[in-house]
Amino acid sequence: MPTLYTADHEWLRIDGDVATVGITDYAQSQLGDVVFVELPKLGRQLKKAEAAAVVESVKAASDVYAPITGEVVEVNDAVTGDPTLVNSDAADKAWLFKVKIADKSELDGLMDADAYEKHTA
Amino acid sequence: MDAHDTASPPLSRTPLHALHLARGGKMVPFAGYDMPVQYPMGVLKEHLHTRASAGLFDVSHMGQIALRPKSGKVEDAAIALERLVPQDIVAVPQGRQRYAQFTNAAGGILDDLMVANFGDHLFLVVNAACKTEDEALLRKELSGDCVIEVLADRALLALQGPKAAEVLTRLGADVAQMRFMDAGPRKVMGLDCFVSRSGYTGEDGFEISVPTADAEAFANALLADAAVAPIGLGARDSLRLEAGLCLYGHDIDTTTTPVEGDLVWSIQKSRRNGGARAGGFPGATAILAQIDNGVARKRVGLKPEGRAPVRDGAALYVDAEAREAIGSVTSGGFGPSLNGPIAMGYLPISHGAAGTRVFAEVRGQRLPLTVTTLPFVPHSYQR
Repeated sequence: MPTLYTADHEWLRIDGDVATVGITDYAQSQLGDVVFVELPKLGRQLKKAEAAAVVESVKAASDVYAPITGEVVEVNDAVTGDPTLVNSDAADKAWLFKVKIADKSELDGLMDADAYEKHTA
Repeated sequence: MDAHDTASPPLSRTPLHALHLARGGKMVPFAGYDMPVQYPMGVLKEHLHTRASAGLFDVSHMGQIALRPKSGKVEDAAIALERLVPQDIVAVPQGRQRYAQFTNAAGGILDDLMVANFGDHLFLVVNAACKTEDEALLRKELSGDCVIEVLADRALLALQGPKAAEVLTRLGADVAQMRFMDAGPRKVMGLDCFVSRSGYTGEDGFEISVPTADAEAFANALLADAAVAPIGLGARDSLRLEAGLCLYGHDIDTTTTPVEGDLVWSIQKSRRNGGARAGGFPGATAILAQIDNGVARKRVGLKPEGRAPVRDGAALYVDAEAREAIGSVTSGGFGPSLNGPIAMGYLPISHGAAGTRVFAEVRGQRLPLTVTTLPFVPHSYQR
């Protein structure tokens, strides 16, 4: 189950035809203390690159873009209930939503961990 | 994620720039300066630390100006300055300071400032983003009566919070007898400082002007006290918003009068119609008429009912369907001491009473807010 990354600091974990999406630890460190998370509605059809979720720190709101086209099949209510999870565990417990992948070829343009590390260096 | 673009023009640095970097400050451009938005502690903890103990803020980017009367009599500087502000400056006794606004011919606010009477001259502290225009205004309008001296060789620090007074006392500063808005030259650690008991957080605290050459040593001496933590611009903003204090350029600007900005309390009776020195400042006709007859809109506190912050610029509506906006949010975010979102904005008087429900548009949704009296967090000034 490889983890892929976008240039906009989202991560995707692929399991069959479902991608779990979150923001990277680098992204949360740049945002600072997260106080509010808004997630897409279940069943929403996301188009790649459209605003899908919002993560807000004390100072600012940041959009999380859909890294891939597909239907939202699950959202993480734990993170809307406790937004600080994004700061404490961005890469795992603070996953945001799961998407049923419409077109696997969209994964081709994403980065692996090494490429993402260079991207943020 | 939105990548924050920080392509930066050349930025000025305060005398504490190296200290900010050494303390791990995350630097951002602000009013032409490279300033710390937060330190490793983070905005939430910095905010709460200031409310519980003491926070040290670098506000050296603000303008410090001495207004020296050519006659040698400070009243003459006060009378001259009253041509530019709606406040009673003549009545400010030596050793006290007063909040004021520079107004324009339409009654709008050019900047807000503090004016202190130092006995033989007036000492002004103005906003960083406005200081060049403020200096030009003072030179143009007051040069006949005053020598305008920009004090570029001084840093400005704010020590805010319930332990601020004891921290300064531990350093040997004689501040225990000072009351809120007392201000004057004072020796602190042997340095020639200007100290006022005031601030921008709603807490008890002090603002201390210190010679540039001594600023870093002075800041480090304060930070050596276990009660003190360095605080960035992020928490400075959330603290002042909880305290219901205006941020120039957001909550007040050239399009808002002091009356619309709910700052009538800062205009003394002597400058209002019927007063001893009524009018005589830019925009007096408009401002005094608003005091007598009321205004169409005013600044109010707003408490979002949900968890989502409602930010600067959000349009306000009477209900979830209305097409025409009736106002807008001018400051909004998260209040750490309240553990929830808070905002300020402008509403028509008809919808400005505490308890009125209005709606803000956020990402295409209408979110309910309740008009609330300010401040959100009670002030703890030592009067």
